[in-house]
Amino acid sequence: MQIIKDKAIIEDTFTTLADDAEPTRGDISVSLSRWKRDRELLLAHPGKVGVRLQASDATADLADDLKRIDLIELDFADFADGRLFSHAWLLRGRYHYQGEIRATGHYLLDQIFYLSRVGVNAFKPAKAEQLASILANLHDFSVKYQPSIV
Amino acid sequence: MYQYNEQDQTLVEERAAQYRRQTEDFLKGELTEDQFRALRLRNGLYIQTHAPMLRIAVPYGLLNSKQLRKLAHIAREFDKGYCHFTTRQNVQFNWPELERVPDILDELASVQMHSIQTSGNCMRNTTSDPLAGVAIDELEDPRPYCEIIRQWTTLHPEFDYLPRKFKIAVSGAQLDRAATQLHDIGVHLVKNDQGETGFRILVGGGLGRTPVIGQVIRPFLDKQHLLSYLEAILRIYNLFGRRDNKYKARIKILVKETGLDKFSELVEAEWQQIKDGMELSDARIAAIKAHFTPPAYDTDAAQDQSLATQLSANPAFATWYKYNTAAHRVPGYRAAFISLKAPDSPPGDMTDTQLDAVADLADRYSFGQLRSTHRQNLILADIKQADLFSLWQALTNLKLATPNIGTVTDIICCPGLDFCSLANAGSIGVAKEINEALDDLDYVHDIGDVKINMSGCMNGCAHQSVGHIGILGVDKKGSEWYQITLGGSSENEAAIGERLGPAVARDEVTQAITTILDVYVKQRQEEESFLDMVKRVGITPFKERVYADH
Repeated sequence: MQIIKDKAIIEDTFTTLADDAEPTRGDISVSLSRWKRDRELLLAHPGKVGVRLQASDATADLADDLKRIDLIELDFADFADGRLFSHAWLLRGRYHYQGEIRATGHYLLDQIFYLSRVGVNAFKPAKAEQLASILANLHDFSVKYQPSIV
Repeated sequence: MYQYNEQDQTLVEERAAQYRRQTEDFLKGELTEDQFRALRLRNGLYIQTHAPMLRIAVPYGLLNSKQLRKLAHIAREFDKGYCHFTTRQNVQFNWPELERVPDILDELASVQMHSIQTSGNCMRNTTSDPLAGVAIDELEDPRPYCEIIRQWTTLHPEFDYLPRKFKIAVSGAQLDRAATQLHDIGVHLVKNDQGETGFRILVGGGLGRTPVIGQVIRPFLDKQHLLSYLEAILRIYNLFGRRDNKYKARIKILVKETGLDKFSELVEAEWQQIKDGMELSDARIAAIKAHFTPPAYDTDAAQDQSLATQLSANPAFATWYKYNTAAHRVPGYRAAFISLKAPDSPPGDMTDTQLDAVADLADRYSFGQLRSTHRQNLILADIKQADLFSLWQALTNLKLATPNIGTVTDIICCPGLDFCSLANAGSIGVAKEINEALDDLDYVHDIGDVKINMSGCMNGCAHQSVGHIGILGVDKKGSEWYQITLGGSSENEAAIGERLGPAVARDEVTQAITTILDVYVKQRQEEESFLDMVKRVGITPFKERVYADH
């Protein structure tokens, strides 16, 4: 499936792994609880590893491992749960995370601009036909009043 | 007042364009009701009983005549010829069509206005003292800091989906005219022991179902750290505020459940990590202050002799002067209130004709500017005393000179059942009835400072819990009942009113209020205000009389 990353359309190389699923080859993304449970195993995984954060998770739990994690997915169960916006800010602004931060799940296309400003640099669309809208909405505003990550 | 630069103008235009797209997406079925609701609320649009309602931001209550004429135009073209001023200094239209709201936002953008973040679980319009810059009890003009906060809160990417709505108010005077203690964050300009001016920060105040008085989280904050400290509070709130229950989601509950000490520690720890690098520079403060330099006052204004003559010759004018004007820091000037509480008009409402006429009066007498107030009136802040008589005559002709500011008929009132889908009660009708029962101005003036606040439902838009007399409409098995509270205040001695007793029926509420006032008039001590008497004797004497016949 295609996603947006750094304002371009790319192929998604990651497979989302359920908590009880066997690791597949290639790039995988796991929940925070699985990361905590299988950390050593996952660090030895031959492909890239990503961690999925829910709004109720704490970014601090990942602080020491961020250099070894290639992707952090902010998984929206509900677009109105704004904690994930602070999670993104903390990952970039406090822990200086350099990898990919990707919005997934039920976020609104109208939140794209704000998500990009707090440091989200990749977006997984709910439907393939949303790719163009995501790219367009990154430019909803050409001005800003306050500092954030971007 | 603050004048937009190119960036400000671009922002409101881009926001209007974004909202036009969102409206089109909704009408095409590409956004669900739930998704669109979040977006339209962030542009001030509610769906009400009869039609949508649009709330327009009036940043810290400042308006100019051009904007007022635009509101008149919108009232005519998009509404039924009037608008409503709210307790948070904003303006509401009750009859816009959903499809035409993007056009209204374009109209507003053309006069440096918008509806951004006037509803929704985000940072709302910053409110302040309607006498800012002219008050005699002012330490420093709060408006530049309001503008700095306005800009910081506008389209803030991290804090647009908070657990619940978030309101900030700023006051720079000794008397709190902005109800700052009843806001999520209250900001007071204060001096420290070294004589430096900075901010006292309060947190966790709020009205609604659980009224709470804010607590001091920081007695003194250097000016340069204003935004970093606000950001620290907001980040802690965004991360830890409750999202499981809408009624426990305000910051007041987080502060209460966490405890102020622990909450302060969390904020402090966050703030220490961000404060360096977010400082407000002196140059930035000075640049914003430059927008609020005093107008070109007439240095000879105090030489005028005509005011004294008019006051002694015209008792009606003298009464208006006494009740509807306030002292001004510049000799020879007064601030004049425009009462939106005429007996036969819904509290806070103005017609398009009145809006246009007041715009002309602002141009003629008050440097083209005016302010909206927390108690749903307007103020022309810079009136030369020599002009007061002409102004009074003009306002009288417009039915905007009812001499009742700060009296029992200056009722704060929500739109109620007539307009609001949440209401349980027709508050406007009750206000009218109370007004009719108190038609003797001498009696009203004798009663003096009694603030009645009335809300049609638990949301408490009219701040009934902090009214000297609070009236709350409740629904009991499909009929309207009213709970009455006494002894609330939103000023320096902020307090939540105490419930008088069981709710009274619709046909008894006016009688209950007049009885309460009668008890006060009969039992007060010399010069004792209503609030002081309630403090002295408690609610029992009032309760006994009100429920005597039950």
